[in-house]
Amino acid sequence: MSTRDWPLWEVFVRARRGLSHVHAGSLHAPDAEMALRNARDLYTRRGEGVSLWVVKASDIEASTPDERDPFFDPAADKIYRHPTFYDVPEGVEHL
Amino acid sequence: MTDRPLLDYTLGLADDALVSAQRMGWWISRAPELEEDVALANIGLDQLGQARTLLTYAGELEQEGRTEDDLAYLRDDREFRNVKLVERPMTDFGVAMARLLLFSTYQLHLYRALSASSDATLSGIAAKAVKEVTYHVDHATHWVLRLGDGTAGSHARMQVALDAEWPYVDELFTPLDPTLTRLVADPSALRDPVLTDVRRVVAEATLAMPEVAPALGGGRQGLHTEHLGHLLAEMQHLHRSHPGATW
Repeated sequence: MSTRDWPLWEVFVRARRGLSHVHAGSLHAPDAEMALRNARDLYTRRGEGVSLWVVKASDIEASTPDERDPFFDPAADKIYRHPTFYDVPEGVEHL
Repeated sequence: MTDRPLLDYTLGLADDALVSAQRMGWWISRAPELEEDVALANIGLDQLGQARTLLTYAGELEQEGRTEDDLAYLRDDREFRNVKLVERPMTDFGVAMARLLLFSTYQLHLYRALSASSDATLSGIAAKAVKEVTYHVDHATHWVLRLGDGTAGSHARMQVALDAEWPYVDELFTPLDPTLTRLVADPSALRDPVLTDVRRVVAEATLAMPEVAPALGGGRQGLHTEHLGHLLAEMQHLHRSHPGATW
């Protein structure tokens, strides 16, 4: 029984009702059932959460640092994508 | 005047939890995975929490001003009232999971029954502990199923572990002092519900119910195996060397 055989899982914790699940960290477990239990023991033992998700890390498709420019850079200079770019004329209703 | 039977009963509950917690702590840094280290430590700390409130209550029942620390650290093995199931070494993971299944299933039924007790303190402690112990049963059940219904090697080791723990199951159901029957939960009434639960897990894990004779009891009267003395030496030495040490 070694870490080699146990896949990595990412853990998401919802702190309380109404909030989103937030990434809390990762852990090793042989399957989803045990991953959820390990997550309970590792990430909620001080009352941090009311709900847990575990996702196999290999199932997450992530953007890579190489893709940063094509992915995110073009967003920086498009000021017209922000609502503050537009003047709102006086007296406009139903906006 | 001290209600001696109730005091002994409370010490029995407390010492079961305390000694089990100490054995569970041995696994920290030794479990198959870091995640399991933390899981077993959590379970041990739940049990330690139960032991603390129970020992505090025992101190009140005794009326000699002894605190939880006095009772945990300054009693000798003959004064401990735990069953032998929890005091023996637990250095094999299969044994740890077999014992946790047996002990926590017993605790679950006991605390459930005790939460309806007319003793308000015990019923309060029991009601809180039910939630904790439910998780302990779940944890042990998962491992027993995994190992029992796993590889040929894990199946064989799980069966050996279950057989090794089984002689000590009988003592859990030691009948209650007759003066307490209306007040607290009677362990001897728990035999059927506990064994029914255990039998279900054992069958699902493709293991066989052990057919071994019960070991000699006596833990509730302070008659223990040699192992308890060693456990207490380790657990108590700091407090005895440095009385009142805090951190």
